[in-house]
Amino acid sequence: MKEKRSLRRARVLESLCLAPYSVWAVLFIVVPLLFVAYYAFTDNSFHFTLGNVTRFFTATSKVSGADGLDREVHTYLLIFGRSLKLAVISTAICLLMGYPAAYIIARASDRTQKVMITLIMIPMWMNFLIRTYAWMTILQDTGILNGFLGFFGLGPVHIIGTEAAVVIGMVYDYFPYMILPIYSVMAKMDVKLLEAARDLGCGGLGVLRRVIFPLSLPGVVSGIIMVLIPSISTFYISQKLGNGKFYLIGDAIESQYAANNLHFAAAIAFILMIVLLACMAFMQRFANRRAAV
Amino acid sequence: MKKIIELKNITKSFDGEVVLDNINLDIYDNEFLTLLGPSGCGKTTTLRLIGGFETPDKGDIVFMGERINDVPPYKRNVNTVFQRYALFPHLNVFENVAFALREKRCPKSEINEKVREMLSLVALNGFENRSVTSLSGGQQQRVAIARALISRPKVLLLDEPLAALDLKLRKDMQQELKKIQKATGITFVFVTHDQEEALSMSDTVVVMSEGRIQQIGTPIDIYNEPTNAFVADFIGESNILDGVMLRDRKVSFSGQVFDCVDAGFGENEQVDVVVRPEDVDIVPLGKGQLTGVVTSVNFLGVHYEIIVDIGGFKWMIQSTDFVDVDEHTGLYIEPDAIHIMKKSEYSGMFGDYSSFSNELDELSNAESESGE
Repeated sequence: MKEKRSLRRARVLESLCLAPYSVWAVLFIVVPLLFVAYYAFTDNSFHFTLGNVTRFFTATSKVSGADGLDREVHTYLLIFGRSLKLAVISTAICLLMGYPAAYIIARASDRTQKVMITLIMIPMWMNFLIRTYAWMTILQDTGILNGFLGFFGLGPVHIIGTEAAVVIGMVYDYFPYMILPIYSVMAKMDVKLLEAARDLGCGGLGVLRRVIFPLSLPGVVSGIIMVLIPSISTFYISQKLGNGKFYLIGDAIESQYAANNLHFAAAIAFILMIVLLACMAFMQRFANRRAAV
Repeated sequence: MKKIIELKNITKSFDGEVVLDNINLDIYDNEFLTLLGPSGCGKTTTLRLIGGFETPDKGDIVFMGERINDVPPYKRNVNTVFQRYALFPHLNVFENVAFALREKRCPKSEINEKVREMLSLVALNGFENRSVTSLSGGQQQRVAIARALISRPKVLLLDEPLAALDLKLRKDMQQELKKIQKATGITFVFVTHDQEEALSMSDTVVVMSEGRIQQIGTPIDIYNEPTNAFVADFIGESNILDGVMLRDRKVSFSGQVFDCVDAGFGENEQVDVVVRPEDVDIVPLGKGQLTGVVTSVNFLGVHYEIIVDIGGFKWMIQSTDFVDVDEHTGLYIEPDAIHIMKKSEYSGMFGDYSSFSNELDELSNAESESGE
């Protein structure tokens, strides 16, 4: 009896400790999400409608192609496709650069590891807007990069206002989110496992393919999720580095919101959220299946 | 017998600290060889050199007549059972055992057959699809052995494989390892700090201390004819006394002259004298060569452990005869129970039971187990 009572007391204490976060989560996460859904499925007078969602899939506009002819396109599907493309390219570049870097850092001496990780994190301490402005001055036609290239008689290269500039900005901003989770998995990996693989006949590549990679997969998956999601929904980078020519889904939400089309903005955000949730579920499933093999 | 591995004048240091100091060791085909010593004696480093995980600073490692200093681990016909098994957590039991064969791209049917054969060798049939993280320590141990043996190495290296198991399981595994070694005919090189384990399993014991080999021999040789005070103390209990070899087969210690069976020392040479606790007989006062006062008696089941003060030196005696504390007693030692050793750097460091207590002994054992 006494035990039961003390157990109950422990539970009460536990929920008391959790209370501040629970209140926070409900107020600032759950409620806003419900509002997004509510706005997405209502019109200006708050009557239920699917109009906002169907508008996302059906709205069309004319764009002039490279051949000078105007064509009808699905506005938001096109924007969404472009966002997805740039986000996937950025994520892939982050992964290709981040994975080997994480591996090398994780195998370095403790001191080097600390220095390297700090260096990677320093840009995160700087304001996002300032970082993006910095890239503008670097990439401009008369910017630092072209000045540097010109010094060697090269260039100038036109980067600002291209998709490449947007990708460079995304990679720079989100790279730490790729390298850190991979690094933390790699650093925890037992060196004895790598020795065991070599002992059992694996050369360097074999160790990487059969032991290091499968064991680092959870880090890779969380790195991909943490880079893909913000880069799909980013809006500022494309405006500044893409000269506003590459309208992304984040820009669409922002401009609809700015134009006071709250219901349609909410619908786009809602659809984006559903797509990202589906992506994450798929990734997790993939990681779990690989881990189980 | 055929030599499989020769270590020739091996020296190895880490960060300027000498870990192995001129090691010379021959390992023969089909033998169970144990590297025995306290933590930090260099036994694990020796094993890692043979496995290919370290390279010697000086000296040669020769494998079946061929120098292999620079051959990487995956090209050596040697496999390792790691200290905490190092099983691959992302693979099940079957895939862990099959790991080496998959790397060699063996056909599926051959892999199936060999994995099953290995699993039955270590009595783990039916565990194929289990996750290795769900296994007990003893089962993980068996998977590690099966995984290391599947490609039929010439030599199996075992790095304190039983240290993490509880006492009963450890005893069972000792028997089983010995059986597996006999059944497969593979040379086992076994590292341990547990002298009992070393004596009961090995064909050859190599006692190491401070990066040097102190003695190589059969378990019986090592126990009965230790070369110096370190070996005498590390293997079993010993009373080690300062003595003088008067001439062949005559030695003086504790103020008395004894007959013994050793010869070949210089006249009046200073020596260390070893007498094992079980070789000292309790006799009525005046009947033995020595007289002492009992300072403590401890009943251990098979015998009493008795500490006797003889002229200020405390002896340990194991006897089934009871004597009481503070009693004066006579002691008798047979000539062949006296073992004479040359003086060494370890003289005077071991073999006196004046500060003896069981509790202290256990404490120091626990420490050495967590080491390395």
